[in-house]
Amino acid sequence: MSESAARPEWPLFEVFVRGRRGLNHVHVGSLHAADPAMALHNARNLYTRRNEGVSIWVVRSDDITASSPDEKDPFFAPSGDKVYRHPTFYPIPDDVPHM
Amino acid sequence: MTTRTADGGTAAEPDLQRHFDGRVAADQRIEPRDWMPDGYRATLVRQIAQHAHSEIIGMQPEGDWLTRAPSLRRKAILLAKVQDEAGHGLYLYAAAETLGVDRADLTERLISGRQKYSSIFNYPTLTFADVGVIGWLVDGAAICNQVPLCRSSYGPYARAMVRICKEESFHQRQGYELLLRMMAGTPEQRAMVQDATDRWWWPSLMMFGPPDAESPNTQRSMAWRIKRDTNDTLRQRFVDMTVPQAEKLGVTLPDEQLRWNPERGHHDFGEPDWEEFRRVVSGHGPCNAERLRRRRAAHEKGAWVREAAAAYAARGARRPGEVPA
Repeated sequence: MSESAARPEWPLFEVFVRGRRGLNHVHVGSLHAADPAMALHNARNLYTRRNEGVSIWVVRSDDITASSPDEKDPFFAPSGDKVYRHPTFYPIPDDVPHM
Repeated sequence: MTTRTADGGTAAEPDLQRHFDGRVAADQRIEPRDWMPDGYRATLVRQIAQHAHSEIIGMQPEGDWLTRAPSLRRKAILLAKVQDEAGHGLYLYAAAETLGVDRADLTERLISGRQKYSSIFNYPTLTFADVGVIGWLVDGAAICNQVPLCRSSYGPYARAMVRICKEESFHQRQGYELLLRMMAGTPEQRAMVQDATDRWWWPSLMMFGPPDAESPNTQRSMAWRIKRDTNDTLRQRFVDMTVPQAEKLGVTLPDEQLRWNPERGHHDFGEPDWEEFRRVVSGHGPCNAERLRRRRAAHEKGAWVREAAAAYAARGARRPGEVPA
């Protein structure tokens, strides 16, 4: 279709919503908008029609740097062999209180 | 085919395929940047896009009644519902985009008729009772279809379906409540409800797709856990759920073969007219041309808005005093 060449591309934004005070913002999805202000408005209309949020972040998808999801990715390996970081690594007698 | 891994090496396809199969078998979710077979990706794109298009086109049959709703209350409810359908379409387009397709391309594939949408939206809404029956039967069937998809193997699709299912419950209940009100009204109103039920019952059964024997892709989609149940299983579930609702409402479902079968523990029911289904899917239903014409017109009439917003954004990105090159 002839429109393809001329059509203005609205960039993709990722949307994060804080469900209520005291909670983190959580990723809920994405949307297209011409600019960040429009992305915020669209995010409100799209992701919080039923009081799902008290605060919204929008971030250009292009601006996100992500780790690789590959199964054999060594990125997360450093935490795999450090069992001593977990409290269960340390045996404590059952009769020691408040531990 | 090989793909680069994080340490700069390459992994052979059989390896990647094994990881993928293992994840699916363990009922884990596949996420956007995971390796996936080409067929899995293509099947998902087709299914999610078709689903998104259905939500968008689905605004039209009920949208026809926005200006003619009988009360402000019904008008506000209907507006909220039609707005939800737009939202559902957008959740799903966003899920499709995580598979590497472009939103604008999907829109063009819809308005050029290259991608399909659910055949149900090619039927006209003749009276206000149709608004109620669409909520009750069409959204009821959609819920039956969609609840299992909340466990679909593709993460973004499953998450979109969770949001959608939460909202569909409002759709179905507002429809049923509307019908209860009409059934408590005049004989003419009751006749309208029965008439709308007669017209929407069979197309609603067709929403689950062709019989399993004629649905060659079902097995593969189920192996990939994109789909969780076969068309016939879902259709049976819908009939079993709907029969007591029809009794309570006081309408007759237009199927003489419909009766409880104690041996099967399910209702027996008649065969939808699959010839009609094929006709409507292939573009020859009562409203196909009208639906596409209107969607195309809305898209084309909105072009200047999209261009103006993009131009405004481009200007905002410049620093004060900076002039365009």
